[in-house]
Amino acid sequence: MKPLALIATALLACVATRALAQDQSQHADHSMPMSQNSALDDAPSPVPAPSAPQDHAADAYYDHAAMAKARSMLLYETGGMPHSMLMAERLEWRPGGGGDGYAWEMEGWTGGDVDRLAFKTKGEGAVGGAAEKIELQAGWLHALNPWFNLRAGARQDLQPRPRRTHAVLAIEGLAPYWFEVEGELFLSQKGEVTARAEASYDQRITQRMILQPAAELNLSAQDTPELRAGAGFTSIELGVRLRYEVVREFAPYIGIHWERKLGRTARYARGLGEEAGGLSVALGLRFWL
Amino acid sequence: MFSARVDRRSILRGASGLGLLSSAEALFPAWARGGTAGVGQGGDVLSGDSIHIDIGHSRIVIGEREAHAVTANGTMPGPMIRLKEGQQVRLSVANGLDEDTSIHWHGLIVPFQYDGVPGISFPGIKPGRVFDYVFPIRQSGTYWYHSHSNMQEAMGLFGPLIIDPAGEEPAPYDREHVILLSDWSNVHPHSLLRRLKQMGGYYNRQKQTLAGLIAGRDQKLSERIEWGKMRMDPTDISDVTGSTYSYLINGHDSAGNWTGLFTPGERVRLRFINASAMTNFNVRLAGTPMTVVQADGQDVDPVETDEFQIGIAETYDVIVRPEKAEAIAIIAEAIDRSGLARATLAPRIGMVAPMVPLRQRPLLGMKDMGMDMSGMDMSNGTLDLSAPIDAPATADSHSGMKMRDKSLAPPSVRMGPGVATISAAPADRLGDRPTGLENVDHRVLTYADLKALVSGSDRRVPSRELEVHLTANMERYMWSFDGVKLSENPEPLAFRHNERVRVTLINDTMMPHPIHLHGHFFELVNGAGDKQPRKHTVNVLPGGKASFDLTADALGDWAFHCHMLLHMHAGMFRVVTVRAEETAE
Repeated sequence: MKPLALIATALLACVATRALAQDQSQHADHSMPMSQNSALDDAPSPVPAPSAPQDHAADAYYDHAAMAKARSMLLYETGGMPHSMLMAERLEWRPGGGGDGYAWEMEGWTGGDVDRLAFKTKGEGAVGGAAEKIELQAGWLHALNPWFNLRAGARQDLQPRPRRTHAVLAIEGLAPYWFEVEGELFLSQKGEVTARAEASYDQRITQRMILQPAAELNLSAQDTPELRAGAGFTSIELGVRLRYEVVREFAPYIGIHWERKLGRTARYARGLGEEAGGLSVALGLRFWL
Repeated sequence: MFSARVDRRSILRGASGLGLLSSAEALFPAWARGGTAGVGQGGDVLSGDSIHIDIGHSRIVIGEREAHAVTANGTMPGPMIRLKEGQQVRLSVANGLDEDTSIHWHGLIVPFQYDGVPGISFPGIKPGRVFDYVFPIRQSGTYWYHSHSNMQEAMGLFGPLIIDPAGEEPAPYDREHVILLSDWSNVHPHSLLRRLKQMGGYYNRQKQTLAGLIAGRDQKLSERIEWGKMRMDPTDISDVTGSTYSYLINGHDSAGNWTGLFTPGERVRLRFINASAMTNFNVRLAGTPMTVVQADGQDVDPVETDEFQIGIAETYDVIVRPEKAEAIAIIAEAIDRSGLARATLAPRIGMVAPMVPLRQRPLLGMKDMGMDMSGMDMSNGTLDLSAPIDAPATADSHSGMKMRDKSLAPPSVRMGPGVATISAAPADRLGDRPTGLENVDHRVLTYADLKALVSGSDRRVPSRELEVHLTANMERYMWSFDGVKLSENPEPLAFRHNERVRVTLINDTMMPHPIHLHGHFFELVNGAGDKQPRKHTVNVLPGGKASFDLTADALGDWAFHCHMLLHMHAGMFRVVTVRAEETAE
């Protein structure tokens, strides 16, 4: 199933190219150091700037060690301080006829403006049964340009079984028109290639009421019968959630969630007497710290 | 310089004294108490040759609530320091905190080792230590002082500093009041910064909505889509707003209604100081015209106006002459109109000026994105014509323009994740009305209206030009000069002693930035010839540029930064060095 691996790679590459295209222009080298100015036109020729001194003027007045310490403190405080965030985008309950379900999606990061440590977890299951999906990711997050990050790391699936460990390469960020997009490429320890693409949009209805349509598409480059995944598109999820920001960090929501297994993956499910998908109501909470 | 340990008793005295105070008014220094007859009338003005200031923790009252602040002599705002041009002063600052502190004398021309910026001019004042600032007073005017350490300024450590001229006062007055503007949040400034790093629009509660679109408010759909394509938000005017700030005049909120007295017919001088951490204000005297006589402590040709915008760290002195025995409202409205502070000038205590409603919040336009080519004036030689020749000279379309075209910036600008946009056609905006006041139906002060009262002494043509880009990425809350944060330890901006340089600040962001240079005054290149106004801070309008001529006459290392404290702390800061020629090379 090489072609699908190529599709998955192409998908990721597509997002990456888009993200990076915005940096292309910087390689063009027209330097235009000075504006034309009539006042300066009178001057014979501009004097070059002096080279920056390597010493510190205050060292002539104060203890060198104390100044060095204060300087490093100033640098640290002025753009060098790390920050962190923990975001639970979804923590939801899906009541349904065939039994209630639940799902979560959380991620976090810690670090500076350009390089961060990141983690991510998502999963879902039926209330009373074993979880259908639990995955954990950890990795390095690197800002590629003003809007997009590269994420590289590892993913451990606790469910479904048998467990898989994957290498992860992802591009995530803010696309034009304020779409949050993400493309992830996974390579398992058994050599299986899978991919996932997600997009969502926050439509403010009022300052506190936000409608969020979201979509997720999963792909597999090969048949993996033991995980009941078929080659090709494996599943699609679409949802619309309406949240109310009581405060920015705490927003309960209601929504509808639709998911469907696709292609050969759907046939696997049907063969086992499961439904290929369905529509459910989602009641949940978005919060962050 | 450093001397003995803090006199513990003096700090204890300050702290216990606070505990005994019963009236909230007593938490203010005399000059900032309501119902004041004018400055210089209270008992606690600090003046003379030797002044002592205790830095400590204090309880303050904001509206009805108590809060914790870092203060000078126990109050927020701090005590007024009043000096005389020509005198020598020793300012002893005792640190009663458990962290380092500092005081920077904002706008004062001092030897650099007394400028008070830890890590540049001195090591900072350790807990329990006293530092003596000793310098001659070489100027007059309205200034202020504030901490330059660890966000203490945003926590209340600031106060007014007034210097009386040695000679005759060029703008005489019968009475004067200090009007010190500030913003206060009960959220710790480090937490404000953390929230903004997590979510750049966290405090903006005035974004465009679907409800607004249906109601026909703000941008039309086609415009919204265009702006969305560029990931630009036209409501991105302030990043910390009235959703967390209380706006204060002399430490009082609108309900507290600080009141200053006057007698009809008097010339009343109001010394406006914007000591905010993050708020540019629009200032009006609700219906009463005022005459601006000073900007940043420097005398200007009197110019009458109805409203002015005061950038953070700027000062403006105005004279009003109320003829009637009626209360006059002093309105300081946050630039994004998420809140305001009202105070009153009145002939008698107890009179209240009517409250003025908040005006509708403004929206940014193409010019604020540095993309409006229509306003370019090719006829005036002093304006900069630096737009690329091949750029489309049309105002209606930006489709041919890139949002971050590196070729439009000098090689010194580093295009990393911290630079979201480069202004494609930054116009000289010194003559423009400031953000949000473009369309009000009365007079608004612009920088082009300011003329120095006396000609500048340095008539030399600048020998070189320096371009500094103000750069940002609001989404990641990154702020920098030339795409480089101070934490990345860039080389300082170097000047030869006494050289004359034209510095052009180009604002590649969507927000005005009040840029402050320590230790110097510079002259705004605003078309006023040899009467270019002298300033220590210039608020550069979004998408535009501002040039100033600098005579680098103060030897040493100096701070040069955006005075929006969180922008400064995010990295919008450089060191400026001024060295004698032989050491500069």
